[in-house]
Amino acid sequence: MTAQFEPIVGRYMHLDLFGRKHRLYVEEAGEGTPLLCLHTAGADGRQYRALMNDERVTRRHRVIAFDMPWHGKSSPPSGWHNEEYQLTSAQYTTMILGIMTALELDRPILIGCSIGGRIALHLALEHPQAFRAIIGLQAGAHVDPYYDLNFLHRPDVHGGEVSAAIVSGLVGPDAPDAERWETLWHYMQGGPGVFKGDLYFYKLDGDIRGRVAEIDTSRCPLFLLSGEYDYSCTPEETLGVANSIPGSEVTIMKGLGHFPMSENPQEFLKHLLPVLEMIGGR
Amino acid sequence: MIEALKARVNGDEALVRRGRFLTTTFLLEVGQTGWLISIFEGRVMSVTSGPFVMPSSSFALRAPEQEWEKFWSSRPPPGSNDLMALIKRRVLKAEGNLQIFMANLRYFKEALAKLRTAGEAA
Repeated sequence: MTAQFEPIVGRYMHLDLFGRKHRLYVEEAGEGTPLLCLHTAGADGRQYRALMNDERVTRRHRVIAFDMPWHGKSSPPSGWHNEEYQLTSAQYTTMILGIMTALELDRPILIGCSIGGRIALHLALEHPQAFRAIIGLQAGAHVDPYYDLNFLHRPDVHGGEVSAAIVSGLVGPDAPDAERWETLWHYMQGGPGVFKGDLYFYKLDGDIRGRVAEIDTSRCPLFLLSGEYDYSCTPEETLGVANSIPGSEVTIMKGLGHFPMSENPQEFLKHLLPVLEMIGGR
Repeated sequence: MIEALKARVNGDEALVRRGRFLTTTFLLEVGQTGWLISIFEGRVMSVTSGPFVMPSSSFALRAPEQEWEKFWSSRPPPGSNDLMALIKRRVLKAEGNLQIFMANLRYFKEALAKLRTAGEAA
């Protein structure tokens, strides 16, 4: 059997963020309009592996995904061992804009899922000029906590096992087994307390309900795509956001869940490709 | 129907193996009907229906009958496809020592999904 290589290339980038040194893992594939991808809470950039391997995307787009600090192959900053990780809206915004500058990305298309979809709404509101278009996957303005987040990080519950078990039902029913379990494996690999720290942004700090209607889609087109089976950010929640933002385009994706690009890439691409076409034609 | 849990769980070698550190008795309430389910090292030892005089259990899972029916259908609709989905909608109440439930969450999700008509995984 001959070895085969994917077209994805990964590198480590050293970058100062929030006044601290960070070592971040960034991977990319393709050429053309930059398409910057944001992973979900407690996971990493591997969620976009299918986009980076799909010629229909990469022939016109430079697809870039980075692992957030503390996630995937990116390290937590020195001193982390005595800290509690908590992601804030301000840090998340700084990180994304900082990485864009470092990579010299000129008005990329931004695609973000879950927490990435939430920060996409923040960026659409606060930095519309920095993006060609914004695609929010599973993007809602707010999610109420529905379980005790302390279970995600305590010594008598395995953090990886419980994180994956909590999100397992968010995968849609039609996801191929290989992609479903790949998606859950990323959760199982998360560092202690990292998923919980991301949810600080998702469930507390990142609430944008009061301001989401101020997003001006004439400054930056906004596309919202949400999976039918997501009970964390429900289709109703996404539709509510879409209805409050004039000019936004919304699609509810049948049979898909909370991780469309990772759990069922082929179905997801049927929804994403027309959106990329539309953005390319503007 | 709930009694089928014993054979279906015990017949799944991988599920029993994942539950090998789990020994507990939990209470499952389907509407007004209670069931005590005893597990020993991942194997379901007994499924007993109420009413009980003084049931002892580590934790309880309580939901109306129609909610469990949807959860146990062969292709549950959105919002009914997972224990956490039921909890999110506030129709499933999980009470008691939830450390046992959460530390073995995948086990409990997959065990209870065994009662689906087509036996689909959670």
